[in-house]
Amino acid sequence: MAFIKGYLIPRLFQYFLVIFLGLTAVFVIPRMTPSDPVQRTIAQLRSMGSYLDPASMNAFIEDLTEMYGLEGSAFQQYGAFWKRLLQGDFGVSFFQFPTPVNQLIRISLPWTLGLLLTTTIISWTAGNIIGGLAGYYNRSRWSKTLDTITMIIRPIPYYIFAFALLLLLAYVFEIFPVSGGTDIGRQFEFSLHFIVDVLKHAFLPALSLVLLGTAAWFQTMKLVVQNVNAENFVQYAKLAGIKENKIVSRYVIRNAMLPQITVLALLLGQIFSGALITEIVFSYPGLGMLLYNAIITGDYNLIMGITALSIVAITTAILVLDLLYPLFDPRVRHL
Amino acid sequence: MKVLKDLIKDYRFAISFCILGFLLILAILSIFSPYDPTLWGDVPRDLEPSWTYLLGTNSKGQDIFWQATFAVRNSLIIAVVAASVSRVIAVLVGMVAGYKGGRTGTILMFVSDVFLVIPLFLIIVMLAMLVREKMNLVNLGLLLAVFGWAWDARVIRSQVLSLREREFTQTAVLSGTGTVRLVLNEYMPFTMPLIFSTLINNMAWVIGLEITLAFLGLVNMDIPTLGTMLQWAISYQAVLLGYWWWILTPIILSILLFVALYWLSVSISEYLDPRTRIQRVGV
Repeated sequence: MAFIKGYLIPRLFQYFLVIFLGLTAVFVIPRMTPSDPVQRTIAQLRSMGSYLDPASMNAFIEDLTEMYGLEGSAFQQYGAFWKRLLQGDFGVSFFQFPTPVNQLIRISLPWTLGLLLTTTIISWTAGNIIGGLAGYYNRSRWSKTLDTITMIIRPIPYYIFAFALLLLLAYVFEIFPVSGGTDIGRQFEFSLHFIVDVLKHAFLPALSLVLLGTAAWFQTMKLVVQNVNAENFVQYAKLAGIKENKIVSRYVIRNAMLPQITVLALLLGQIFSGALITEIVFSYPGLGMLLYNAIITGDYNLIMGITALSIVAITTAILVLDLLYPLFDPRVRHL
Repeated sequence: MKVLKDLIKDYRFAISFCILGFLLILAILSIFSPYDPTLWGDVPRDLEPSWTYLLGTNSKGQDIFWQATFAVRNSLIIAVVAASVSRVIAVLVGMVAGYKGGRTGTILMFVSDVFLVIPLFLIIVMLAMLVREKMNLVNLGLLLAVFGWAWDARVIRSQVLSLREREFTQTAVLSGTGTVRLVLNEYMPFTMPLIFSTLINNMAWVIGLEITLAFLGLVNMDIPTLGTMLQWAISYQAVLLGYWWWILTPIILSILLFVALYWLSVSISEYLDPRTRIQRVGV
């Protein structure tokens, strides 16, 4: 009971408060603009050369006002915003009218989830294993070489790294396709050919994410292992004649894993906002690409939908992590 | 001075120090530019590097060398504005939350937690969309400053928390030192190096974000920065047309800048933490 009252309830309160504040920000920010989104949309349509007579123009303005949720006072709008949100309804996308935002997200989400889940898990595992070993044997030559390589790769901004990779492996040496999730016009089917095609297209974006991700995990893991290594219990284990393998796997790496698990949960939560840059550079048809299109066309409903989804996803990931953490680290107890 | 002498022994510090010096000279050279960077068609288009045009010219009829000097200068300005303003916020929040603690501390840490948890990038993109028309160097810097302090405030707070427990705090308080003087005179010297290393990291973050925002077309494309320079090269298909001098200049400059900033921050923070310093030397 002490756990529920002393930890769980305040923690859940914090969880809902953060979601509430985040979603309120999503409501407020588009309304801070001095320009009216309705007028802006009409101006955009005009500049594309379409003409409407005054009567249908008025009807159109009314429709737009309703669609953007701009009816009534700010307070009424805010109420309507939450009512729609709690029903899980983000309205219709404006520039892919009249497809609902939910449907667009549902189409894009599997691409992003597939790409990011795989690459995050691969780079986390690889970076931790290699980094752990390099930290333990930090005086060997291969450990120092790897350290130098990551020191160079790590600071390069992802966008530039991905772009350079694309230039090298798709333009200069034409090994991989330049863009897309599959060959153009290919329909979904369960066949070996289709799967190979998907994998081939996913390879370059995945490679860019895995290389940079592994370098980052490698560095932190190596540092943490070095610190754990210097602690007394490792020295005692060595003096007690415990086998080196066992010290590395059971004592050193297990302790060093703890901070890494925390960051992994944060990253998994961020998957829902998509790898925006990855998907744009490689024209990959996931959530990031959807968001990018929403940004350049000013599709507020779609941006709000994706942002709301990722706020909920990240806060939930952190909540779950906090609750599960005692399982990984018995020293932590929530009362 | 002794600190600098010790640091320069680390090859990473020495190299990054030289690179940053070089980039700074480049930025200063922009004063002597014979061209206005916002104008098109000052020089013939699409020329390869030569003695007249050191790094060639681009499809907009601009001299790439002089464009690059402006780009480096402007990217550094944004970074310095954003990083120093967000340092002021981070130091204030961190010091107050750490020293005062109590309810104020809890609230301040809750606010910084909110900033850590919400998808900042999306919020920045939404805000940048709204103020796109009024986007200049300083505004962009301020926008990024508002969002770049939360993590560092936490770091500074934990440093102050540990300083508060030290004996000299008791001595100072008992001998009648006021809170403001205590924080400024006694704590600042200890936190200064930490603030400096977060400053460098924050600058790298800001420059990276500027490049990303430029890529999304959310900054003023007429002002040359590393981001907009690269974006122009891409949108003019410099890759397909083989104008390597146009596309490679911003890429190489930004890689140099990022590696230098990163190495600088790593070597400083290793210097600050003697444990890792000893491990590096391998004692």
